[in-house]
This record gives sequence, C-alpha cells and structure tokens, in this order.
Amino acid sequence: MFRRLDDALTPAPVVGLTVDGTRIEARAGDLLAAALLAAGRGLCRTTPVSGAPRAPYCMMGVCFECLVTVDGMGSRQACLVPVREGMVVETQRGARVPGR
Amino acid sequence: MAGMSGDDADFAVLGGGLVGAATAWGLARLGRRVVVLDEGDVAHRASRGNFALVWVQSKGLGMPRYAAWTRQSSDLWSGLADELKRETGIDTRFERPGGFSLALDEAELERRVAMLRRLHNQPEMTVALGTEIVDRGRLAGMLPEIGPDVVGGVYCPFDGHANSLKLLRALHAGMQHHGAVYRGGCAVQAIEPSADGFRIRHDGGETRAARVVLAAGIGNARLAPMVGLEAKVRPQRGQILVTERLQPFLRHPVVTVRQTDEGSVMLGDSQEEAGFDDSVGTDVLATIARRATRMFPLLGRANVVRSWAALRVMTRDGFPIYAASARHPGAFLVTCHSGVTLAAAHAYVLAPMLAAGALAPDLAAFAPERFDVSPPG
Repeated sequence: MFRRLDDALTPAPVVGLTVDGTRIEARAGDLLAAALLAAGRGLCRTTPVSGAPRAPYCMMGVCFECLVTVDGMGSRQACLVPVREGMVVETQRGARVPGR
Repeated sequence: MAGMSGDDADFAVLGGGLVGAATAWGLARLGRRVVVLDEGDVAHRASRGNFALVWVQSKGLGMPRYAAWTRQSSDLWSGLADELKRETGIDTRFERPGGFSLALDEAELERRVAMLRRLHNQPEMTVALGTEIVDRGRLAGMLPEIGPDVVGGVYCPFDGHANSLKLLRALHAGMQHHGAVYRGGCAVQAIEPSADGFRIRHDGGETRAARVVLAAGIGNARLAPMVGLEAKVRPQRGQILVTERLQPFLRHPVVTVRQTDEGSVMLGDSQEEAGFDDSVGTDVLATIARRATRMFPLLGRANVVRSWAALRVMTRDGFPIYAASARHPGAFLVTCHSGVTLAAAHAYVLAPMLAAGALAPDLAAFAPERFDVSPPG
C-alpha cells in the first residue's frame, strides 16, 4: 500500500476531511487523490459500465479514474483538488447523479 | 455467403452508411445477392455523427407524403429492432416513449404551433402525427426536470430514438448474415451501364451488377450523373455535445436533448451552411449548451466529454429523393437526411420495391423532377 515519505522531512499541518462520513487526516498541501491513497481509501468510484472499482491512476489530471464527489459536486478529479479542512468527500457508485 | 463472388451481384449498393446498409439489408433478406461498395470511414459518413432520433413531429411541411413516409417508418421501427436483434444479437436500443420539442419563450412556442397547424392543414395529409401542444403544467408532470424558462412544448407519441452506431453495426452484421458482401475502401470512380447491367470501377477493382443503388450521401451528387440522374444534395453542418454518463433522468427524447441508452446526454442540433467544413465552433456549441441548460438546469453541472460536427445530406427542400433512372433502367438513387428515422422504411418498403425492379407510384412525390419547376413567370 501507499506510505508517506518520512513525515519528519516534510512537516506539514494536519488537515481533517471526511470520506463517506469517515474522518481521515491529510497533510496541508496534499492533493485529494494522494490523501485518499495515503489513508488507504483509494477505491474512489465504480464505473458506470461494469461497476468495476477504480482508484487514482495517472495522478496528473489525464485519466479521469479518480472522480469523486467533493462538497456535493460530482465527478471532480481528486488528483487536481487540494485538500481543505472540513472537505466532504463521497465516493461515486456508477453513473453520476444528475444535478450533483 | 458461400459460392458468391463479390464481383458479380444482383445489386451493387454504393454507400455503406445507414441508408445504404438499411437498403442492402432489406435486399439481402429477400434473397438478392448484394455487394456494398463503401468508401469506408474516410467518407464524411453522416451515419457516424448523427443525433439518433426517430423523429416524426415536425416532418412534412411542404410535402405531406413525407409525413406519411416518416410515420410509416416510425411504426415499422420496433419490428426492425426486433429482427436485427434476433439476427445479429445487437440491440439497437430503440425506444418510442414519445418525444418533445420545448419552447423557451412564448414567441418560440407560437412559431412552433403555427408550423404544426400549417403542416396538419395541408390538403394531402393522409396520416395523423398525433401532436399535442403541452402547457407548462402538464410538461412538468412528464419532464420533471425542466427549468423555469420552459413555457411549453409539443409532444408526439410517434417520436423515439435509438443508438445509431449500434444500428449501423447491426445492419452491417445483418446484411452479411444474409450473404451480402461488404467492400470497404472502394470509392467508386465510374459506373458504366452495359447490356446486362452495370460495371462499376472502384478503388478495389471492378464490380458487375444487374442493378445499382446510389446511397452515397453527399457523394451521390458526383455519382448520379454517371447513370443519367441528378442528385442536388449539399452538406449542412450540425454540431453535437455529449456529456459524461448520468443516472437516468430524461424518459423522453427532446429534439435537441436526449439521454442515450448508455446514460450520456447528447445536445444538438445546429444547422449551418459551412460547405464541407466539419469542424466545431465554440460559439455554436455554447448556444447549444446554453439552451440545453435552460431546458434542464441540472445539466449545468454535467461534464461535456466530447463534441463533434457532422454533415447532413440536404436537398433544397429538405425531403428525400427516391428516383429510378429513365435513361439507364436498373439504376436507382436514394438520399435523405434522416437515415435513422427512415431506416425501417428503407429496409421494409423501399428495398422490396428495388428488389422488384421499380419504385411504386406512391413514391412519385420524392422524384427529383420536383426541383425542375420553372420559376413563376
């Protein structure tokens, strides 16, 4: 699984967010996809076609595998969203809910 | 397929898009030996880029026969979908829940209602299109997600939609199931009428056929004179956006907004005279998106994943041409801009006429002579 590089070398304040209602901790400056992987919550969605699980992959905004709902807005690319204290993250099941 | 030479057939169908493939499938299922000569995916191929409506409500102002032809095809469509699925395993996802056009202000609604009145009041209308003006209150019951700007709309129970890419695939699989031979990469260079039919020279060699059907879309303009016909068709550009897949929210197709069987939402349909330029432009795409989000505000949050333009095959009056060559019997011309809507009519009504060697008199309204009228004196 994913482990952070030595925290002592990159000290940063802790940021708290929730993923499907569970609190996780990230570091200030993390991008959401990295924070999810570091917290062992990499399974961010299931596909609309087959329901197969998906996790962040390219980490640079290209592959669109890491789509999650952030603060009520669906299909955000987690690898492009910086974490913020109190952020509410929801994993997505299948096709996006219209209007979310 | 066994024993059949691709170079010698009862029918050569020029064009493997929806019009050619529906006609070829219709001929092949009647036992005719068919060769389809197709330019391939380098062609403009309106069949790849269309909006996939099976649409009735607005068809036929200026030609009542077209209204009847369209309604007939809509009625035949579920049979087509069933037969193709049985034969090929491909589900074209045809549905006919009835469709809407929506108006965003009173003037728009009035224009639409006036158009329908003129359409229905034509003396030669032989079919009912079943259209109803639907006020905002009733609309909200049938399309709960409409936005506050929608003032009303028109409903037609015979409107539907399908997956046109699956339709094209199914027609190709089906015609080959019945022994038709498909030859891609075979742009036609010359059609030479001969004593026993036609010799067709193309990029893949030569094909001989007793009869030839021109179904090459815009390409018919170049091909038709080779058999003593004229096909005055021009490209008309339409642009389309498609969103990511969404949970189902739109039960009925709207003429400019429809949710596909796979969940994505297609937004269309512009009409531009741009020659053979099939590029998209942000101004037109923005207009399409703005109108769509006024109709269904929840679309404002959806991500657009692709946009494209395709070229409609338009005649001057917008109606199809079905013609038999008087100079070269056995040569036929088939062209329209509604290859999805009319697929069932082409397969089940037109193809049997072609198989029998003549267009029925009741298709006379579609003859190209209608363009020859001299201007009033």
